[in-house]
Amino acid sequence: MLKVENLVKSFGGVAATRDVTLDFPDGSLTAVIGPNGAGKTTLFNLITGHLKPDSGKILLDGQDIVGLSPTQIVHRGLGRAFQVASIFPSLTVLEAMTAAVTSHRGESANMWRRFPTAAAEKRAKEHLELLGLAGVGGLLSRNLSHGDQKLLDIGLALALEPKVLLLDEPTAGMGPEERWAMIEKVQALWRLGGMTLVFIEHDMDIVFKIAQTVRVLRYGAVLAEGTPEDIRTNEAVIDAYLGRAEEHA
Amino acid sequence: MQKNTLARDLIAAAVALALLLSVPMLTGSKATTNFIIYVSANGLLAMSLNLLVGYTGLVSFGHALFFGAAGAYPFVMLMQNLPLSVPSGILLTLGFAGVLALLIGAICVRLTEIYFSFLTLAFQMLIYSLMMNMIEYTGGDNGLSGIPRPPFFGINLADGGTFYAFACIVFVIAIVIMRVIVMSPFGFTLRLIRDNAQRATFLGVNVVRMKLVCFVLAGMFGSLGGIIMALFSQGAYPSFAFWTNSGDAIFMIMLGGLNVFLGPVLGAVILQLLNDVVTHYTKHYGLFLGLLILLIVLGFRKGLLDFVFDWRQSREQSALSAERKKAQS
Repeated sequence: MLKVENLVKSFGGVAATRDVTLDFPDGSLTAVIGPNGAGKTTLFNLITGHLKPDSGKILLDGQDIVGLSPTQIVHRGLGRAFQVASIFPSLTVLEAMTAAVTSHRGESANMWRRFPTAAAEKRAKEHLELLGLAGVGGLLSRNLSHGDQKLLDIGLALALEPKVLLLDEPTAGMGPEERWAMIEKVQALWRLGGMTLVFIEHDMDIVFKIAQTVRVLRYGAVLAEGTPEDIRTNEAVIDAYLGRAEEHA
Repeated sequence: MQKNTLARDLIAAAVALALLLSVPMLTGSKATTNFIIYVSANGLLAMSLNLLVGYTGLVSFGHALFFGAAGAYPFVMLMQNLPLSVPSGILLTLGFAGVLALLIGAICVRLTEIYFSFLTLAFQMLIYSLMMNMIEYTGGDNGLSGIPRPPFFGINLADGGTFYAFACIVFVIAIVIMRVIVMSPFGFTLRLIRDNAQRATFLGVNVVRMKLVCFVLAGMFGSLGGIIMALFSQGAYPSFAFWTNSGDAIFMIMLGGLNVFLGPVLGAVILQLLNDVVTHYTKHYGLFLGLLILLIVLGFRKGLLDFVFDWRQSREQSALSAERKKAQS
């Protein structure tokens, strides 16, 4: 579904992504882990078209998407949520979701109909129901709790009914309980939709519990990949990352 | 929740128009009808600017360009030099404004914030200077006076009462169209861009294109305001296209409020009232007006209708939050 081949990106003289080759099969649930500065977010930015790679290929559904604009890539079925919830503060939750659905339906430029159109609003409400945000549809997005803002961010990406969804630290800034609630929701969404889901996560308990496959990045390169069990026992990973994770926590 | 429907807007517009049209019968005062015509012209300028400022988050400092240089001036030039009817003159002028806005907007909307603002101002100054130098066509500092207004469909705009009704009808129709636009899916796409353009991009919104469309629409509605002004003052004058007129439009938005649809119209009313009152007492009206606006803006920090908007919104929001808490406990 999503393939990255020999991807290279550097900023000035600093290589942020070094010859990264990864394959995310259709319908898989993958965690990307790695210490700070390992190039995880850069990888997401490259895939979503926010940054242009120096060289390499990114294949979505077999087609190279390097050079396409973020908007074009989104329309090809690649959605993304952000590390810091990226929402629309002055719109209500339902308005924001409906506007996102409207974009997915290709009606963003329609000037003569009344917003929201019945079909778009219905779909938006279904998404909110799924996320457990139906009760706060009328709240302004900026008045949501931190966790709900992250959920809404994911919801906005879901509104585009993506084939591939990239989540940049869905549990960032959350307390332990909230984290599990969030990740269970993410897992439930994945089970439901048949999406290919890739998420960046720092909490190893979460990673090992829910990911099918784990990809470890370090210094912009792939250090290891495999099932959670493989990664847990991989010597290189323990040396480079897991060993130090204890001190971090 | 009360649904904000097109039918409701149309009824409100019809009532407003009926009220406006009955003003001459009620008062018979020339000053009042002139006041309303001023507000129609300047109100369109401010309302169209607010499509950019309030809905899209683009603060243009050069919007009077469209009022003067792409509205009043080309309209008067067309009417003086070609045997045109008023409606075709208006349509041609709007078309010209649209094309000019497309060209200028294509460059400006790629920038954001202060860079956008200053580039719009630069374009206005550039075109203003060009106009002042093309004395042959634009009359230079004297502007262009005299405008033929051949009757069309039995409507004679040379008649004061008829022109008043015409201005009111054009004004209300334009406001209704703007209302339809801001309440459409496109209108909400603009709000997405205003709130978080980057996120809008990742929702598949073509941000640059949407901004450009908005810029063109704003330019055309601003031009329409300039056309009303040209018909009213029977000519086109440099002050219409000067940067201070752009500043006035921003004042109107700031006074009336940018979060409420009709805020800029209220702002146009306030500014016109202030203008009338202050010029009545002193020659140094710029000084007093400036101080007054400074006080209002610094003291209130938002437009009048924004207070109403904020108050209603915070009441609604706290009710919803309370409901949510109850549901959770």
